[in-house]
Amino acid sequence: MRRRADPVPPCRRAVGTYGAISLTVLIALTSGCATPPPPPPPAPALVDTIVLLPEKDGRSTAVTVSQGSSQVVLDRPYAAASAGAAGGGVRPAQSSAAEVQARFGAALAAQPPRPTSFVLYFVEGRDTLTEESKAVVDRVFAEIAARPAPDIAVIGHTDSVGNAAANDALSLQRAETIRRELLQRGITPENVQASGRGERELLVPTADNVAEPRNRRVEIIVR
Amino acid sequence: MRNLLRCIVALGAAWAACLCAQTVDVGRIKVVKGQVTVQRAGQALPATPGLQLRAADEVRTGADGAVGITMTDNSTLSAGPNSVLALDRYSFDTTTHQGRFDSSLRQGTLAVISGKIAKQSPESMTVRTPAAILGVRGTEFVVSAGDAPAR
Repeated sequence: MRRRADPVPPCRRAVGTYGAISLTVLIALTSGCATPPPPPPPAPALVDTIVLLPEKDGRSTAVTVSQGSSQVVLDRPYAAASAGAAGGGVRPAQSSAAEVQARFGAALAAQPPRPTSFVLYFVEGRDTLTEESKAVVDRVFAEIAARPAPDIAVIGHTDSVGNAAANDALSLQRAETIRRELLQRGITPENVQASGRGERELLVPTADNVAEPRNRRVEIIVR
Repeated sequence: MRNLLRCIVALGAAWAACLCAQTVDVGRIKVVKGQVTVQRAGQALPATPGLQLRAADEVRTGADGAVGITMTDNSTLSAGPNSVLALDRYSFDTTTHQGRFDSSLRQGTLAVISGKIAKQSPESMTVRTPAAILGVRGTEFVVSAGDAPAR
């Protein structure tokens, strides 16, 4: 707007100011006078954008976005931040479901199915499954059959009876038992990993040395 | 005698963990649409569902491409077209859940659901873009890198 009101075209002004400009540049500038010259385009600095999505099960969720000492914390659904390659810090913004779908639809459509978890229970101090849990194994196989390129994590847990090291060993032993069962039923060995969490992840929180059947379990994660 | 047995079991577990650290995959490609390649040690491997990924792999999608990845800590990453995603660093202890997961989106679009690493220790998962670093406390977010600024 201000440029239009100015009686002297910006390129002439430039010529007046810098009389020592070479002839080539002068021609370039004069030819530019036929149409209003575009404002000198500063190299457009590319921008990165981050948007926090709503959490499906209502857990609290947050992402920090930093550039140097500038930081924005995203902790509400569709809270957004952007940062440019030219610097200048992180700028907060607000996005929306529609914007996210428009920009990230292809990425979101390629999300793998979420890992699904099954729980099998054990007889106290043993690596033998309870009767009810044997039936769950069939459901695990149905889930495996329904997934693209499935792989399986078998994770053993114990209750808090006994010391931590013994429980690590027992939990791994329980996981290995289930892994062998999966292999016998035709799962490829490289697709099943067994691990033991010992008493670190009690399903039912208890004091130490409490026998709790629901904590003696193996979790099968199909992903 | 019992102590000796325990010692042997512990040594065996340590040896197995060491062995696993070298051979175990960090994640797998689950979904492939259009053109997707994995850059590994200077080679471009065609991405197929089930391909096991390693730390330092770089996943690239073409103009019609998209890819979905599930890591061993249950985090998932999926990238849209014209994306370059590098798995810079990954470690995950399946017993303690301690670990570290750093990735970079060099260009394109990415959707992330964080997993057990971020749950165990917030901000032990990061995603870098050309202009910013994200610290992940949990759990679902999207990132785009290298967009022309809005007019």
